[in-house]
Amino acid sequence: MAKITFDGIEIEVPDGTTILNAARKIGGNIVPPAMCYYTPIKGTGGKCRACLVKVAAGSAKDPRPMPKLVPSCITTVQDGMVVENTTNQSVLDVRKGIVEMLLINHPLDCPVCDQAGECDLQNFAFEHGVATTRYEEERRTFEKIDIGPYIQLHMTRCILCYRCVYTADQLTEKRVHGVLGRGDAAEIGTYIDNIIDQDFSGNVIDVCPVGALTDKTWRFKQRVWFTKPVNAHRNCSHEKCGGRVVLWYKGKDVLRVTARKDEYGEVKEWICNECRFEKKETADWTIEGPAHIDRTSVISANHYELPVLNAQVIADLPESSVRDLENNPPLKLGR
Amino acid sequence: MGRKLLTEHINVPGIDTFEVYRKHGGYRSVEKALKTMTPDEVVEEVKKSGLRGRGGAGFPTGMKWSFLAKPVGVPRYLVCNADESEPGTFKDRHLMSRLPHLLIEGMITSSYALGANTSYIYIRGELLYVLRILEKAIAEAYANGFLGKNILGSGYDLDLHVHPGGGAYICGEETALLESLEGKRGNPRNKPPFPAVQGLYARPTVVNNVESISAVVPIINDGGEEYAKLGVGKSTGTKLISACGHLNKPGIYEIELGVPVEEFIYSDEYCGGIWKGRDLKAVVAGGSSVPILPKELILKTAAGENRLMTYESLSDGGFVTGTMLGSGGFIAMDETTCIVRNTWSFSRFYHHESCGQCSPCREGTGWLEKVLHRLEHGHGHMHDIDLLVSVAKQIEGNTICPLGEAAAWPVAAAVRHFRHEFEWHVTNPAEATRPGAYYSSKAAVGV
Repeated sequence: MAKITFDGIEIEVPDGTTILNAARKIGGNIVPPAMCYYTPIKGTGGKCRACLVKVAAGSAKDPRPMPKLVPSCITTVQDGMVVENTTNQSVLDVRKGIVEMLLINHPLDCPVCDQAGECDLQNFAFEHGVATTRYEEERRTFEKIDIGPYIQLHMTRCILCYRCVYTADQLTEKRVHGVLGRGDAAEIGTYIDNIIDQDFSGNVIDVCPVGALTDKTWRFKQRVWFTKPVNAHRNCSHEKCGGRVVLWYKGKDVLRVTARKDEYGEVKEWICNECRFEKKETADWTIEGPAHIDRTSVISANHYELPVLNAQVIADLPESSVRDLENNPPLKLGR
Repeated sequence: MGRKLLTEHINVPGIDTFEVYRKHGGYRSVEKALKTMTPDEVVEEVKKSGLRGRGGAGFPTGMKWSFLAKPVGVPRYLVCNADESEPGTFKDRHLMSRLPHLLIEGMITSSYALGANTSYIYIRGELLYVLRILEKAIAEAYANGFLGKNILGSGYDLDLHVHPGGGAYICGEETALLESLEGKRGNPRNKPPFPAVQGLYARPTVVNNVESISAVVPIINDGGEEYAKLGVGKSTGTKLISACGHLNKPGIYEIELGVPVEEFIYSDEYCGGIWKGRDLKAVVAGGSSVPILPKELILKTAAGENRLMTYESLSDGGFVTGTMLGSGGFIAMDETTCIVRNTWSFSRFYHHESCGQCSPCREGTGWLEKVLHRLEHGHGHMHDIDLLVSVAKQIEGNTICPLGEAAAWPVAAAVRHFRHEFEWHVTNPAEATRPGAYYSSKAAVGV
């Protein structure tokens, strides 16, 4: 076990845990954002640099600070490590810079993007970025590519997190897509015109942090915050698939099926393509009840759960508004 | 002219053949090391020599070797980084194409020291003709018993392979090189784990530059202490400098570290001054990624001392008034050079060569290039100059590998020392965009 101090909070975690996962054990607003790291997929992380933190003391044995900011998602904890995230201004400044970098080639087409409302980049930019851009040049654009019967690739929105590549590598029988080219000309592609239709390939949609990979059976059917997420399961014949899913309802129609995600957007149980794309009747499923959506999210704004205002937002509100909210709470206060 | 340790026999006809090379004292270090020394003694000798990595970072080679993890029953590898592609640096190509056996000799001795039984030379894909030269030389070394099983009856086995890269600058970064060597996309790895613990095929690996490995030969022949007598302070031995740009005698010079920069540029022994009798404007002292320095600061440090060609002297003053020795790509620019255009040119290179893995570098290098392109072509604004500094700062230190820094440093340094040229481009777009136009303190002149 290793004891670390994260933003002044002490926590003990098993050896080999990454700083990010240690912070997630603490939870709340101090957790660094992650755009490329995905716990269940090996090899991910270290690329987007969104989770950079300052290690003020390396370990109890060697308390020297690390010279550069380190990616918390792949740096493992050492006993006696002291990590600064929200308490260190340089970390927050760098994070602001990362948002800016990620957004310069990302189209700000959230109003027509299917991912809006459940987009990691949207949340990341909203929480850590600035409202304006200093980028005046043209953004890179690509044509939309059809990569099979179920998935559409819109490369323009891709932030090259490599999640889908690792996912396809580790879940499906044979990966046919990868990263081609380099620099800002790098793109996700199926060389040359391959089709992604292997079983379990639908999971690349779930891991995509942005709207680059979208479900063709769901595209443009509904804004996600107008749907009702409901937990359900079925006896899937596929041995690797547990059949535990979230059904997204609009009225009595199942508009889409996804795997269940935790509060950090990570899928814990992968589902097969049959469950995801072909079982869109309530009769196919055993309904368990409303799905729990954590964290501040527009998805949870509509039903079941009240969004939680975070402590920072409350701190910024004038005293009188806080009192009003407490007396007549439309929102659950997160403190 | 100082002593030459590497290139002494470089002009001997036929030196690229085994017989001639052997006649001129070749492969003595292999004999000495394998017959009279233990591997640890070879490492100790290299440590004593104070040799610092010649690829750019200047990390002590002996120390790097001693970091190599040595678990029992696990193979270790030595990889020679011959993916020389930094603009302005062309010393390794020369060394390998003229003296292929020197590198092979160094590889054998170094592999013996590290206990590697398989070693690789990862050579830049564009240098296909050098690859052929090396392959021929390796075949000769095998035929003469210096490679293969039981070398010189010592019981030590070594196989040496040459592997060409696919033409990516990023594969000169050691972990990207290892990925590429493994047959994958050349993306740098996150560190730790460092190659000394988990390198090629997840085994302990040392990656060294061509010149560093070649320098092991004179170190073993004459002894580490003898080698350390050359040079100044912690910059020991000799260094190949590939001088290019507006010089009377550009070329590759083997210098004893410690030669004053002024002497290196102006003396007839070396570069012979600036061409066409012009004045020097700026120097990039160690390949395109190190900060550019104006004439006043490259000849003398901020404290007024003579600047020497050593690791310490060139980096005197940090990045505010100093630079780095880097890989020894010495680019001199005369007074008719447009610094904005030059910076744009460097930036374009890094934009093209970024691997695209981590976001600050992927997006930042392109952004820098586009802003510089705008400035150079007369569409810039005053606030663009600060934007460049800010973007460079956002890249620096936040990337997986040093390419981000390599792209950010030259831009930041150009603005730091030549801000007036950038401003001139903004305020005089018509003049600045004339073909061949450059800024001069006397008057802006078109050529």
